[in-house]
Amino acid sequence: MSAIVVRGLRKSYGELEAVRGLDFEIEEGEVFGLLGPNGAGKTTTVEILEGYRKRDAGDVSVLGHDPERPGREFRERIGVVLQQSQLWQNITVREMHTMFAGYYEHPRAVDEVIELVGLESKREARVKTLSGGQKRRLDLGLALVGDPDLVFLDEPTTGFDPAARRAAWEMIRSLRTLGKTVLLTTHYLDEAEQLADRVAVMREGVIVRIGTPRELTTTDLEVEVRFRRGGEDVVITTTEPTRVLYELTSEAVARGEELERIEVRRPTLEDVYLTLTGDDTE
Amino acid sequence: MSLRLFTHQLRSEQLLFWRSKEAALFIFLFPLLLFVLLGSVYTGKIYGVPAPQALLSGLIGYGCANTAFAGLAITLVLRREQAILKRLRATPLPASTYVAAMLVSTLLVFALQTAALFCLGRVLYGTPFPTAIGSLILAVIVGSAAFAALGVATASLIRSGEGSSAVVNFILLPMAFLTGSFGPTRHYPSFLRAIGDVLPLKYFVDLVNAIFLKGHAIWTKPLALAILAAWGLGGLLVAVFKFRWEPREG
Ligand SMILES: Nc1ncnc2c1ncn2[C@@H]1O[C@H](COP(=O)(O)OP(=O)(O)O)[C@@H](O)[C@H]1O
Ligand SMILES: [Mg+2]
Repeated sequence: MSAIVVRGLRKSYGELEAVRGLDFEIEEGEVFGLLGPNGAGKTTTVEILEGYRKRDAGDVSVLGHDPERPGREFRERIGVVLQQSQLWQNITVREMHTMFAGYYEHPRAVDEVIELVGLESKREARVKTLSGGQKRRLDLGLALVGDPDLVFLDEPTTGFDPAARRAAWEMIRSLRTLGKTVLLTTHYLDEAEQLADRVAVMREGVIVRIGTPRELTTTDLEVEVRFRRGGEDVVITTTEPTRVLYELTSEAVARGEELERIEVRRPTLEDVYLTLTGDDTE
Repeated sequence: MSLRLFTHQLRSEQLLFWRSKEAALFIFLFPLLLFVLLGSVYTGKIYGVPAPQALLSGLIGYGCANTAFAGLAITLVLRREQAILKRLRATPLPASTYVAAMLVSTLLVFALQTAALFCLGRVLYGTPFPTAIGSLILAVIVGSAAFAALGVATASLIRSGEGSSAVVNFILLPMAFLTGSFGPTRHYPSFLRAIGDVLPLKYFVDLVNAIFLKGHAIWTKPLALAILAAWGLGGLLVAVFKFRWEPREG
């Protein structure tokens, strides 16, 4: 079963075409990453699926609902972490969770959620005393307290230090164990690679590549063959590494030479990403 | 609208209000403080009653505009710009329940404040308790509703969170002065009084004066009621057409 089906999705702001025809499906229980630089159209896409923005064209189904007509049942089943939101500063982590839990028919136990997002030591702390990373975890806790089937995370770790990012990754991984479907946006490649079952790479409102992180690196992109000859580095880039290696090595063997430091290098996801998103210097 | 959700949200709103020291201080305590101050300054009779009683009546007016108009407007702008309203919209809490809980919470704060004013007046200055209780309760509800509508309308017209409380107080304080909330206006220049005569607070204060100072029923002031209601309806129209749930995109 697909949790989300998107066909031909388009959205413009005045002259600006922010999303220019997207097609993708997200299976139930899948963690799906929308990866792309700032301005690629990730938030626009996610907020259309959450029911905040109206699309100009295309068919969208989220948990069997059209998010432009979000009923109570739809709200019960989704959890949202916005790219930016500040919540009330003067109540405690626990009070905030209790407040949100009260909006749902079948909430999770508040203390359990607080533990899940690793805020148990901050249970009675006022929100204003939390660090940036802790506030983001609070956002995640509030998204989970209604026990949703589908969770949207719009740049959940932007601005985190490496340790906080790793902690957040652990938490997002635990959503998979809970069987949640997750749609995550990020402009960090390693985040998509670490967390997502499948990744759609977005650029200027279109998906330029979609697949598992593995598939993205094993397609038609070129492979580098490196070695040293006469004291100089030689690099051959090719889409046919087998043939190139065969020619090089048979030639070398025939001449009785050794190809020094020979090495075959696959592109990393980072290479792919930079190629696809046009060498965005970020 | 589910009653469970409504009471849950009303409780949440009360928690948020009293937990925020600035709101509780400025919205709830400030009019009480002003009453103590003004009451100790004015002596003799105003409108044919002891000065503190007349001042109390005016400060109920100020309290109403302060709580329902200023307090609500500032809260709404902040919640909108911080994307709190947006975040709430993704939950199953219906907008109608949310709005209803906010309004009732505001009314509750103002009702408590009014009761506190009467008790304070009784203790400090020997002012009487109101006799036409039914009329007073009605006036408080109508006044709160009208000023809440104007508060939501004002929040809709304010574009950013920064300076929203300055803008709101820039409306509130002159309005309170010009309409006799801080003492009678009969010695003001006539053009100032003319401005005061079109402002909604003037008619709310008129109602409270008639009820609390003269012991009249609310129906004896149909014109004041009508003008107050008209302002409220105007605010409601602006609110319905202009209110946004989401912050402005940068
Ligand atoms: N509400 C809006 N009004 C006008 N332009 C917008 C709005 N939201 C986004 N945009 C523009 O649309 C493009 C895509 O933005 P967005 O969806 O936020 O991308 P991302 O989340 O990938 O950074 C950007 O050029 C952005 O400036
Ligand atoms: Mg974004």
